[in-house]
Amino acid sequence: MSETLTKFEAVIGLEIHAEMLTQSKMFSGCRVVDSVEAAPNSAVDPLSLGMPGMLPVINRSAVEMAMKVGLALNCEINAYNAFERKNYFYPDLPKGYQITQYAHPVATNGYLDIKGASGETKRVRIRRAHIEEDTGKLTHLSDGRSLVDYNRAGVPLLEIVSEPDMRTAEEALAFATKIRQILRYLDVNTGDMEKGIIRFEANISIRPLGSDALNTRVEVKNLNSFRSLTSSIEYQIAQQIETVEGGSVVEQATLGWDEDRKQTYSQRSKEDAHDYRYFPEPDLPPLIIGPDWIDRVREQLVELPDSKLRRYLTELGLPSYDAEVIVEDRPVAEWFDAAVAAGGDPKTVANWLINNLFALMNEHKQTIENSRVSPQGMVDLLALIEAETINKNTAKSVLVDMFLSGQTAKTIVEEKGLAQISDDGPILTIIQTIIDDNPQMVANYLGGKDKLRGWFMGQVMRELRGKGNPALVNRLLDQKLGELKKR
Amino acid sequence: MSKMTESADDMTKSTSPFLSLTGLRAALRDGSISSTAATEAILTRIETIDPTLRSFVTVTAEEALAQARAADQRLANGEKTPLLGVPVAIKEILCSEGIVSQAGSKILEGFKPPYDAYVVSKLKAAGAVIVGMTNTDEFGMGSSTEYSAFQTSRNPWNIECTPGGSSGGSAAAVAGGLAYGALGTDTGGSVRLPASFCGIVGLRPTYGRVSRWGVIAYASSLDQVGPMGRTVEDTAVMLQTISGYDERDSTSIETAVPDYEAACTGDIRGLKIGIPQEYFIEGLDPEVKAAVEAAIEQLAALGAEIVDISLPHTKYALPMYYLIATAEASANLARYDGVRFGPRVPGKDVIETTMRTRALFGPEVKNRIMLGTFVLSAGYYDAYYGRALKARTLLINDFNRAFEQVDVILTPTSPTTAFKIGEKADDPLQMYLTDIFTVSLNLSASCGLSVPCGRDSAGLPIGLQLIGATLQEETILRVAHAYQQATEWHTAHPPV
Repeated sequence: MSETLTKFEAVIGLEIHAEMLTQSKMFSGCRVVDSVEAAPNSAVDPLSLGMPGMLPVINRSAVEMAMKVGLALNCEINAYNAFERKNYFYPDLPKGYQITQYAHPVATNGYLDIKGASGETKRVRIRRAHIEEDTGKLTHLSDGRSLVDYNRAGVPLLEIVSEPDMRTAEEALAFATKIRQILRYLDVNTGDMEKGIIRFEANISIRPLGSDALNTRVEVKNLNSFRSLTSSIEYQIAQQIETVEGGSVVEQATLGWDEDRKQTYSQRSKEDAHDYRYFPEPDLPPLIIGPDWIDRVREQLVELPDSKLRRYLTELGLPSYDAEVIVEDRPVAEWFDAAVAAGGDPKTVANWLINNLFALMNEHKQTIENSRVSPQGMVDLLALIEAETINKNTAKSVLVDMFLSGQTAKTIVEEKGLAQISDDGPILTIIQTIIDDNPQMVANYLGGKDKLRGWFMGQVMRELRGKGNPALVNRLLDQKLGELKKR
Repeated sequence: MSKMTESADDMTKSTSPFLSLTGLRAALRDGSISSTAATEAILTRIETIDPTLRSFVTVTAEEALAQARAADQRLANGEKTPLLGVPVAIKEILCSEGIVSQAGSKILEGFKPPYDAYVVSKLKAAGAVIVGMTNTDEFGMGSSTEYSAFQTSRNPWNIECTPGGSSGGSAAAVAGGLAYGALGTDTGGSVRLPASFCGIVGLRPTYGRVSRWGVIAYASSLDQVGPMGRTVEDTAVMLQTISGYDERDSTSIETAVPDYEAACTGDIRGLKIGIPQEYFIEGLDPEVKAAVEAAIEQLAALGAEIVDISLPHTKYALPMYYLIATAEASANLARYDGVRFGPRVPGKDVIETTMRTRALFGPEVKNRIMLGTFVLSAGYYDAYYGRALKARTLLINDFNRAFEQVDVILTPTSPTTAFKIGEKADDPLQMYLTDIFTVSLNLSASCGLSVPCGRDSAGLPIGLQLIGATLQEETILRVAHAYQQATEWHTAHPPV
C-alpha cells in the first residue's frame, strides 16, 4: 500500500447538494417542512405536484441565500441568471423535468481555503454554485408497490461544485466540513446529513504521482455522512489503483455507496439516461442580479468562521485549540463574542465555556441557544471570582445552579450564603478549635509529619463549608501551626 | 317606426341568441331581460343544437343557472361589472375549479382541477355566467378539433366542415349562438383560425398580456388565452376582462390595461396599414385573396394609408414553430404519468403503469412529443432547437422593422376557408399548413385578431388578420371595429 501510494495520487472533486432553509418552496408559496418528520404529502400544493397549468415563480429569499453562499465562497455573483429545464423521467420528479440553472449559474469562480495534512493552507477552487429544486422521495415496498412523498419536491437546493483540487480523502473531508460549517453560519442549511438536507457527491480519479492528467473519473452519489464520504473515497482510490496496476483501465461510472458493506455499487437509476435535453425554462424570464442587490446581500453577511478564527488568535490571544472549538458553531461563537463584549476576559471566558458550560450542555443535551446561561450571566459569575466573593470551586457549583435554574450568580450566592469568609476572626476561631480538639494530630504534625498540614486545611475548609477565602485560610493556618512549632 | 313596434322589436332582439354581448349586457342592465332567462335560453339552445355542433364537451347547466341567479341579484342592486349575467363559454384547456377540464385528452379524462385559471377567476369576478367547457384538439395541438379525444366539432356554417382549431368548440359555440362570447387559447393560431372559419372575431393578445396561470400548457413560450366574440366590441369587452398583470405568471407583463372598448372609435384616418407580400403566395385561395383585397380597399376608403411591406423570414415561421412548440410540449406533457392526478392505467410496476397511462395520449400528441424530444436531444439541439431560437430572433426583427413603418399589418388569416372534416386528419403536414399565416405572430411579440371579411362561393366565412405591435391591442381593435362599422359580414348568422 505504501508503495502504491508513492506511485499514484488521487484527484477528487466534490459536489454538495444543500437544501436552503427558506419558508416556502423554490417556485411556489408552499411551505417547507422537515421532510423526515412531517406526514407524507402534507406539504404540497398544485405546483409542487406538477399539476396542469401551474407556473413557477422564483423565490427571492432562496436566490439571496444562494448569493450569500456565493459571496462566502469568494465567487463572482453573475448578473445574468437563467433557469433551464432538465428533462428526465422518475416518479419522484412531479413535472418530468427539474428546473435548474445550467448555462448561467448564480455564482462562479470562487475558492475555499482548507487546512492541509501538515497544517498548511490549501486552496480548493469552486467552479460554480447553482440553484435548483429538490425532488420528492420514493419508497419501494417489498410487495412491489412504490410510495412517493412530495413534501421535499420543489424545496430550494443549492448545488456547489468544486474543481478537482483535492488529493486525499482527508482533504475532501476538510472541504466538506468547512462548506457545511459555512452553510450553517449563513443559516442556509442546518447541516443535518442524516435527514438528507445536505448530500455529497465525490468525483474520483487517480493518476501517476507528478502527472497533470485528468483521467477517467468515477462518481459516487448520495453520500450522506462524513464517514461514508471518506470511506467511499478511500475505497475508490484503492479500487482504481488495483485496476490500473492490474493492467486495466478505470471506466466511467456512477456509483452508490453501501455503508454497511463498505463498498461502492453500480447505480442503476435515472442517471442511466444521460441526455437531459436542457432548454431554457420558458415559464421564467432571465433573472438579472444588479450590483445594488449584491451589495445589499453582502451587507447582511455575518462574520465567517475564518475571519473569526483569525480574530480570536491575533486580537484575543486565544490558544488555537480554544479558538477552533469556539468557531466551530456560529451560535457558540456569537455567545462567546457577546461575553467578551460584556467585559469578560477572553481566555477566562473560553476556559469556562469549553471546560464547564459545554459539559453541562452535553450532560443535559442542550444547545447554547437554549442554555440558561447567558453571556452576561457568565461574565457576572467570573466577576464574583475576580472580586474574591466566591472561589473557583464555589463558582463551578454556582454555574450548575445557573444552568439549571436560570437565576443569576449573584442571587444564587446571596440566597445560599456562598460568599467567602474573608475575616481573620472567625477563621482563627475555627483553626484554634480544630487544634484543641485534635491533640494527637497536632502531636504527629509536630513530630515531623508535615503532610498533615493538608488535613488541617481540609478540616478548616469543611468547617467553613467551602466558603473560606483559600489564600487567607492558608495564611492563617500557617501562622497558627508556626506558632505551635515555636513552642 | 312607431314607439310600440320599436319596443316589441327590442323584446325579440333581446331573446335572440345572436344578439351581441354588448347588446345583451345593455338589456340585462336595463332589466328588459334577466340573466336567468338569457341563460335558460342559451341552455335550451345548446340542448337543441349542440348535439349537431358538438361544441361543448361539458355543459355546466346547474352552475350556470346558479351564477345567473346570483347575477340577477347583483343586477337588481345596480351592479355593473363588465360581464354581469352574460353567458359565455370557455375552452376546456382552461382549468375551472371542480369542473372537468380535460384539454381534449384521455389522459386528463374526468380531471377536476382544485383551482380556477386566472382568466376563469377574472370572468367570474366580472359576473360572467359560464355555461360550459368547449371542445379542443388534444392539448391545443391541431387546427380542426379532429384531434380531440372526445368529439369533433362542426362548423355552424356547414356541418360537413370543421370549425377550425384548436379552439374550434369555442368558435362554433359563439358562431352558433350558444354563447355570447368565449375564451380560447392561441399557440399557433388556435383562436384566430377557428374565428376565421366560423365567421367571428378572435383575438390573440400579446404574449404576457393575459396570465397563463391555470392554462393547461402546450408550448409555454407561445401559449396565450384569447377572447372570441361575434363583434369586435364584444371581443374587446372579453379582452378587457381577462387582461392584466398576474404575479403568479412570471411572464405576465406588469403594465396598465387600456380601455379596449373605448379604443373602438371607428376612426382610422391616417393609420398606416402594411401589406406583407410574403402572405400573398401560391396556395392562397383566389376567393380568400379577393375578399382580403376588397377589405384593403375598404380600409383605404376609411382613410387608412396602405403600405407595401416585407417580412422576409415568414417562410421559416412554420418550421420554427414546430421545432419550438414541440420541444416545449415534450417537457410540458412529461407530467402526465397517472401518479398524482388524472386517470391511471395500472401495470405490474411503476414503469409499466407509466407506459400504459401514457398510451392514453392521442397519436398527434405522441407525434409532437417525439418530435420535440428529438429536436432537444444531444447532437441535434444546435441543428434544430438552437437554430429555431436564433431564427425566432430574426422573425422578431422582421416585425420590429415593419412596425417602424406601419401601425398594423394586414394578411389573410388562413389560405383557405373551412375544410371538410376528415379531409386533412390523416395528413399532419397539410394540417400544419393551415396555420401558415398565424404562427408568425406567436413567435414574435405581436398581437393579432381575425375579423370576418367575406364568404366564399360555398358560403363559408373568410377571415382577415390584423397584426399589431407589442401591446397594441387597441390599434387592431380600432381598425377591426372601423371595418365592421363599414361592413355587414358580422351581422350574418349561420343556418343553425
